[in-house]
Amino acid sequence: MSRRIAVVSGGLRQPSSTRLLADRMAEAVERALREAGEDAVLDVVELRDHAQDLTAALLTGFATERLTSALETITTADGLVAVTPIFSGSYSGLFKNAVDVLEDGALEGMPVLMGATAGTARHSLALEHAVRPLFSYLRTITVPTAVFAATEDFGQAAGSTTGDVVPLGARIDRGARELAALVAGRPPRGAAGPRDPFALTVNFEDLLGG
Amino acid sequence: MQFGIFSVSDITTDPTTGRTPGEGERLKAVLAIAAKAEEVGLDVFALGEHHNPPFFSSSPTTTLAYVAARTERLLLSTATTLITTNDPVKIAEDYAMLQHLADGRVDLMMGRGNTGPVYPWFGQDIRNGIPLAVENYALLHRLWREDVVDWQGRFRTPLQSFTSTPRPLDGVPPFVWHGSIRSPEIAEQAAYYGDGFFHNNIFWPISHTQQMVALYRRRFEHYGHGAADRAIVGLGGQVFMRRNSQDAKREFRPYFDNAPVYGHGPSMEDFTEQTPLTVGSPQEVIDRYAAMRDHVGDYQRQLFLIDHAGLPLGTVLDQLEILGGEVVPVLRKELAVGRPAHVPDAPTHAARVAAAGGGRDATVHGAGDDVTGASPEPAGAGDPRVTR
Repeated sequence: MSRRIAVVSGGLRQPSSTRLLADRMAEAVERALREAGEDAVLDVVELRDHAQDLTAALLTGFATERLTSALETITTADGLVAVTPIFSGSYSGLFKNAVDVLEDGALEGMPVLMGATAGTARHSLALEHAVRPLFSYLRTITVPTAVFAATEDFGQAAGSTTGDVVPLGARIDRGARELAALVAGRPPRGAAGPRDPFALTVNFEDLLGG
Repeated sequence: MQFGIFSVSDITTDPTTGRTPGEGERLKAVLAIAAKAEEVGLDVFALGEHHNPPFFSSSPTTTLAYVAARTERLLLSTATTLITTNDPVKIAEDYAMLQHLADGRVDLMMGRGNTGPVYPWFGQDIRNGIPLAVENYALLHRLWREDVVDWQGRFRTPLQSFTSTPRPLDGVPPFVWHGSIRSPEIAEQAAYYGDGFFHNNIFWPISHTQQMVALYRRRFEHYGHGAADRAIVGLGGQVFMRRNSQDAKREFRPYFDNAPVYGHGPSMEDFTEQTPLTVGSPQEVIDRYAAMRDHVGDYQRQLFLIDHAGLPLGTVLDQLEILGGEVVPVLRKELAVGRPAHVPDAPTHAARVAAAGGGRDATVHGAGDDVTGASPEPAGAGDPRVTR
């Protein structure tokens, strides 16, 4: 079966270490899915490309066609790899903007592998203190491993900042296997289609009855 | 097809001069705008209701009564009346009153409002927004149709043997539109009663408006009021015109760029592409709005927003000249072409009275009181009712 994984990168620069990490995580998820006997299709959404539309959507209350299509790519995927730069101890504003314009409940039940980049290793717990609670609020299912990469992680081919932590590549693979296991075990999410925002959830006679 | 204007009653600084009009000035400007709307041949003037700055229109019935006295033909409406925080008893009375004074030139648009804090100001809880809209309207609907109402609900004190006065003119209540941008419950409510549905349209992609109208039409048919294309639909619109398209863009841009609702966000070009806002020549406006029915079907009412974002009165009056002189006459013709005969016209009091089999004096005379012991029936009106 073919599984569609949305990859969201909140990187601001080009080239971007956030995008670099997102790509490594996405490839690892694809690999892990193939090992589980599943085909994988990756759809990358670079938030930088939608920065102005995201701001406009916050101000006007509706998304442009281009942004709507990007948001649908995310909300209809079978799994999500989400990577943000860490600024001031938390996810970047652009990353949060994208979350804020989603329909309520749009990511409910979505398996998520989180990642983050930062200039220093001292930001590493931002994933646990800021990003994971955000995804809990969205009622997604985050996998236990969250992948954090400080600038120095990219510099050390063999390992990480100190000798006693699991090297970046190994953390990516572990997170990817966890996500693949969750995705492979579920019915395809896209089959149900996106939620119909115009669906009436109650009978009007019941509403009238109070 | 009815054409008109609707005002959100904002007080906004003119970004080109830095001048901010006062409340009294804007209020008087709205009266001039309404009078001009009639003069240039428009059909409808609608005014919103707000209870916080920077808006001035907290009491639409007062304003509309004044407009009614100074116009002959113009249909007066609201845009919108807060069905959530106004007491339905007071709405029933206020608008029946206005309906009499305006000789029937009145209808209403119900809405829930867009300001959360307004709920506690009027003793309500925003979490009950939809249930309030449903219960209050159900009561209002009865108060206009039943002379004596016994009622009990969740949100206000019960009514026993209550008669809302004055009774609707000719025994026919004002027509009601339900305005909603994105709540399917409200489209459903309009469909349930066979009332009109109005989509404000102006800040939304037409695809979105189209979905809401389609839902309302489908449910209108479901509730047995007639085929979906007989449902009563109104749309908002937003335009700024000059003879030359480039002049219109140059003149309107500072107002767009600084408008409270979309300023400092999307570019005017992006916004005009994505929403019904049309800034250009009269012909561009005609082309854009003649095409609206391709999206929502043949509809009954088109209202334009033209007096917001700090535009000075003189400019607004110019816009009305262009709208009434060049745009609406052509749109009337174009939208009449190919319009199926069974698609109803926009409702008017006269048409609704005729449909009810003629008007009747609906006055309810009281059963006497403890002071006079007599009914207020005029002398010589036949058998005086003996009550006790």
